[in-house]
Amino acid sequence: MPKRREKFERTWPLHVMIWPAAVVTFIFAYLPMAGLVMAFQDFKPHLGVWNSPFVGLEHFRFMFSYPDSKQVIINTLIIAGLKILFGLLVPFIFAIFLNEVRLMLFKRVVQTLVYLPHFISWVILGAILTDMLGSHGIVNQTLTALGLEPIFWLGDGNWFRFTVVVSDIWQNFGFNTIVFLAALAGVNPALYEAAEVDGANRWKQTWYVTIPAMLPITVVVGTLSLGNILNAGFDQIFNLYNPLVYDKGDIIDTFVYRTAILNGQFSFGTAVGMFKSVVGLVLIFVAYRLAYRYAGYRIF
Amino acid sequence: MYYKTRGYRIFSAFNYTLLALISISCILPLIHILAVSFSGSGPANANLVKLWPIDFNFEAYMKTLSNENFYNALKMGVQRTVLGTAVGMTLITLAAYAISKDSHGFHSRIYYTWFFIFTMLFSGGIVPAYILIREIGLMNSIWALILPVAVNVFNMVLLMNFFRTVPREMEEAALMDGSGHFRTLWSIYLPISMPAIATISLFTMVFHWNSWFDGLLYITDYRKYPLSTFLQTVIVQQDFNKVNPDVTQLKNISQRTVKSAQIFIGTLPILLVYPFLQRYFVKGIVLGAIKE
Repeated sequence: MPKRREKFERTWPLHVMIWPAAVVTFIFAYLPMAGLVMAFQDFKPHLGVWNSPFVGLEHFRFMFSYPDSKQVIINTLIIAGLKILFGLLVPFIFAIFLNEVRLMLFKRVVQTLVYLPHFISWVILGAILTDMLGSHGIVNQTLTALGLEPIFWLGDGNWFRFTVVVSDIWQNFGFNTIVFLAALAGVNPALYEAAEVDGANRWKQTWYVTIPAMLPITVVVGTLSLGNILNAGFDQIFNLYNPLVYDKGDIIDTFVYRTAILNGQFSFGTAVGMFKSVVGLVLIFVAYRLAYRYAGYRIF
Repeated sequence: MYYKTRGYRIFSAFNYTLLALISISCILPLIHILAVSFSGSGPANANLVKLWPIDFNFEAYMKTLSNENFYNALKMGVQRTVLGTAVGMTLITLAAYAISKDSHGFHSRIYYTWFFIFTMLFSGGIVPAYILIREIGLMNSIWALILPVAVNVFNMVLLMNFFRTVPREMEEAALMDGSGHFRTLWSIYLPISMPAIATISLFTMVFHWNSWFDGLLYITDYRKYPLSTFLQTVIVQQDFNKVNPDVTQLKNISQRTVKSAQIFIGTLPILLVYPFLQRYFVKGIVLGAIKE
């Protein structure tokens, strides 16, 4: 008993330190999880969570039979899939090119400039892009000056998807290069020297030294980003889309916002959101297992 | 050496040009908007302005800063950023210190850690969160923009990793001298971890300054919109019903130069802290990724 007491006295300040954060987390993260019960109810605000009638899996059944919600899931998969693929490929290639720069000042300036867009919000970027990509915007003016047809970047479904993916890559490729550059910074210069002595030219050195050095982290980043397959980027889409492109550009998150918050179908919105969260959770677990198994990577 | 060969020199020239072009493309949109904001409204509306202002003047900025709605939103944006960062950093610093202790001496550590980490993996989504804020009466309160995002678990884990690099001998020496946990955190951990805390504070500030969606969800009174939400409503959605400006203001707000000036003022704080942010974040991210 005395020992137990002693331990308590040593650790009670630690509990006190955690409790404020734990209480806030409980209220604002765990209570909404409990609120997912709304997905199985016909929630009415005046009845509240306690008194609204249960309807079982009705909303989930509706989600998979209603054409709009099916289309939204397809759109999400396409846009998020393209973002994951190119979001991995572009920084990978960019890091290789940047690794060939020997002027340190040049390298630093490039890094400073390409990391910047990551920190600017989609409200700002959305406002700028809407201005630049409009029918008389600077981009279409340039196209016309070159003798090309103007393009409805944000008004045509397929061009919208293209614009969304490209602008997302543009915003984040620099920032995502950081992990690859970190991997390259860890390469032992002796490997390059040995390759040089063996008569390997720079292309061969890249192929046999640089790229293999980047592969483990690529596998890790790639697997972990699988968890984002239903995350097509709410902030971006919401600030760029308009009713003209709903058929190809509307995604789960924007759909949930419109049906639930704007139209008051709270239960249906909760169900669609829950579908997204559960799939995300399952994928993260699968991805972690894969990353551990094939790349020996552990986060916890 | 390989870089003296002719082939590599050609590649190098190509490489430098490509990288320079890509880098410039990352700031061209900002330069364009900056040029429009300093131009006369005639050339701006006729889409004549490219990367340099035409009829240089400050009129758009005058109009923006004298717009009461914009001024209010700017104030709210600053308020939420300062308060949100202070509250968030206090909560996560305290918690990060506690969970940085090893489970040998602090058995509950592992339960607490998973309690926090699970919220990174799973969430109830926006609808239950929205209903919750409504039920507990936080609608239209600045706390609705601060408390739900106060405990950023990713930052907490990052900070925990930094705390773990503090040599244990220092802590033991403090304990010997009769210092409690709060005192140890304050006098030993905080001074040593200042670079990490500064970095994470900057990240939190940028996050708060850029957040706009929670304002749209939880604030219905436009006079309490933070700047990002205000810009989203006025410039992106162009929903003037909500902000209810009078006719002369409406004319001002919808001018292209004024829009650009508002966008640029909204970005300015980010540009100002970016050099400090950049100096640290590469190190921070790399450290966070490598340590387990």
